[in-house]
Amino acid sequence: MKIDLNLKIGGAAGQGLQTTGMALAKALKKSGFHVFATQYYLSRVRGGHNTFQIRISDSPVFAMNENVDILLALDSASIEQHLSELSDGVVVVDSDEIEVKQTADSIFHVPMLKIAKDVCGDKIYSNSVSMGAVIGLLCLELSDLESILKTTFKKKGEEIIQKNIDAARAGYNYVKENYPGGCKFEISDSDEKENMMLVSGNEAVGLGALAAGVQFLAAYPMTPSTGVMTYVAANADKFNVVVEQAEDEIAALNMILGASFAGARSMTTTSGGGFSLMAEALGLASITETPAVIFLCQRPGPATGLPTMTEQGDLQFALYAAQGEFPRCILAPGTPEECFHLTAEAFNIADKYQIPVFVMSDQYLADSLFTCPRFDTSKVKVERHLLSDQELRTKKEEYKRYKLTPMGISPRTLPGQAGVLVVADSDEHDEFGHINETPENRIKMNDKRMKKLEVLREEMPAAKVYGNRDASVTLVGWGSTYGPLAEAVDILNDGGKSVNLVHFTHIHPLPVEATRKLLSKAKKTVCVENNSTGQFSRLLKVDAAINVTEHVLRYDGKPFSPEFIIAALKEKEVI
Amino acid sequence: MVSMDDYGKFETAWCPGCGNFGILKAIKQALVNLGRSPHEVFIASGIGQSSKLPHYLKCNAFNGLHGRSLPPATGAKIANHELTVLAVTGDGDCYGEGGNHFLHTVRRNPDITMIVHDNQIYGLTKGQASPTSEMGMKTKVQTHGVFNMPLNPLSMAISLDCSFVSRGYAGNIPHLTKLIEKAIQHKGLSLVDVLQPCVSFNKLNTFKWYSERVYEMEETGYELNDRVKAFEKSLEWGDRIPLGVFYMNEKPSFENHLDVLIQGPLYKNVPKTELVNELIDGFV
Repeated sequence: MKIDLNLKIGGAAGQGLQTTGMALAKALKKSGFHVFATQYYLSRVRGGHNTFQIRISDSPVFAMNENVDILLALDSASIEQHLSELSDGVVVVDSDEIEVKQTADSIFHVPMLKIAKDVCGDKIYSNSVSMGAVIGLLCLELSDLESILKTTFKKKGEEIIQKNIDAARAGYNYVKENYPGGCKFEISDSDEKENMMLVSGNEAVGLGALAAGVQFLAAYPMTPSTGVMTYVAANADKFNVVVEQAEDEIAALNMILGASFAGARSMTTTSGGGFSLMAEALGLASITETPAVIFLCQRPGPATGLPTMTEQGDLQFALYAAQGEFPRCILAPGTPEECFHLTAEAFNIADKYQIPVFVMSDQYLADSLFTCPRFDTSKVKVERHLLSDQELRTKKEEYKRYKLTPMGISPRTLPGQAGVLVVADSDEHDEFGHINETPENRIKMNDKRMKKLEVLREEMPAAKVYGNRDASVTLVGWGSTYGPLAEAVDILNDGGKSVNLVHFTHIHPLPVEATRKLLSKAKKTVCVENNSTGQFSRLLKVDAAINVTEHVLRYDGKPFSPEFIIAALKEKEVI
Repeated sequence: MVSMDDYGKFETAWCPGCGNFGILKAIKQALVNLGRSPHEVFIASGIGQSSKLPHYLKCNAFNGLHGRSLPPATGAKIANHELTVLAVTGDGDCYGEGGNHFLHTVRRNPDITMIVHDNQIYGLTKGQASPTSEMGMKTKVQTHGVFNMPLNPLSMAISLDCSFVSRGYAGNIPHLTKLIEKAIQHKGLSLVDVLQPCVSFNKLNTFKWYSERVYEMEETGYELNDRVKAFEKSLEWGDRIPLGVFYMNEKPSFENHLDVLIQGPLYKNVPKTELVNELIDGFV
């Protein structure tokens, strides 16, 4: 890794952080760099202090690091809070507009507002001036930013596009003429431009759902899950999808169960609070054996908690929510590619086993932007597992929705076909779906449902090992923490340590045998989780009788960085 | 030809003499009169004695959760709008536990016929007040008598501009049958609030009590799309209780606004998954 720079944009909500950050991230990706971008924002529409960070590298990056190289300060809080994060960096600030109390060599004044007014006649172009200034400090050509500005402002017309480009060029030129030496970091365009995407976790989940042929999505908006709903809605017409904003989360899950029962591939999206309301219908999905995909995007709780921040605090809840005992499946992607493929897989598992399937993400994975190889859609298969017309025509006996079978999976068909009636019930029921409260029937039906869990367990793949298989320290993680963990492994091994990562995406039912095989060899295991109690570690103990040696837990609302993990490991004297 | 026999005969868990029997008979008769075969019919229900109804006739059924008959009915109608979709529910189920779904399903206006067994009491849990219980009615829970104002389902539905609002009576099966037929034929959400005596727990609103009061509105005396007049009529309750259609408003149903359904039922669409590559191009 020759190039590894961190750009932080700080300012109040409403100042255009996201537009500036997104345009820069896209331009840098276009220049051939690996880009990782993440946001820290508060639950308000205007004001407060938010940040948008972009890390650029010539090697793949999946996490933030904590050293800032360029700080674009749009408010004075940016300087007060983040100046100390710079070692050999530069602060770009418009001192005409922002009071700068600190004196530091790193502070570089760019009169963004004045330039915008002089060049374009309007201060609103100052964001583009700042973008040009940043590209100038990085010693890059302006052409990639220009083409991004063209697409960003496409709908606003030629004049607006040209003014933004002029503004960016003026900012760029200002740096060339005024920054000592003409620029700060001498990096050149990388060659790796082919077939890389810049995509957020939520967009990747949306793409996965569309690739899997989702037909109906009902949800109630809740941060940080809403991005998936809006992404699917934006493409609904093109893909023939119906998206409905339900009156509440209770309606959302019940609605998709009705739609799924009648044959539409259906999903809902929510976060912890909304999922609390869905708990009742989760059980309904299971006892009626109706396929359902639930995108559960975590944020810190309980109750409203920290609504715009991140945590992996809902695993135990997803594992045990709703009354009774019943099968469910939990998948937890760690990268955008996994978001894409596991979402598609979730639909197939839901259809095959006729159970609720979770795709668990969190604010960090949902809102961050990653460069990754182009998603391979040829790997996505749509498997509906419905009785064929031929099978229906030739059936000898009356159709039984809950027919007892050795695998516990009953042949599924849809209402509306001549000669077939489909009856589903939330009460304990017989093979036809009619209420039956006898003890014998209860045992048969309960066993039938639970058997599906064991069959599915056989199908669940083992965790992935990153790094040397025989390392002396094994980090254990699940879901969104993959990026910072993998990077921590790289840094530690480069520094002469022997560390690997066992990362889980298929959480429940846990492939117990494969997990034991993987972890029984480990000399020292450290479970790293974004929660305060080590929920996944508890799952390993309960399901697979695996005792993790040590824990690194973070629950301040922020995601892990590789530095945080390494510092915690050192403090615990694990390495 | 569809006949009553096609809808089968089943043993029920209802009390002898229950008003539910009349409603079941009227639903079956209405479906037969309209020539709907059992496989074309889908009934969603919630929880309560009313909601067991789909188990007592042959049809496709989704007997779900308490208060939640409307969301799955809506979902099923979106997935396959060729189905004749009924939501069978009770006063506690629909106006209490499921009140929010009632409000918003009226706003959404899917082509669903909502049949509410309104017996003004909680039957399955043995006699507590419901949202439509009369003030002063004493129960084991409301020991000082019901204090909460009873909800008027018809006024509420009219105020929300529900596209078909009607009231039937479980003791007048021919009239109720016609009402259900009209409700099913109406495009959009239809409410059929059915006065249904609970012979075990409601000692006030009995068959005798209703029979002395209910009357069929031969002609309402106003145009059925007159919301203000309909509202006024819906307030009539006491010595005389009107039965019939109170309000009708021909407006597009929820499915109408979904362009994707023009080509056929949603579930039959072959998803255009190949287009995902075009979307991915936008991220490269």
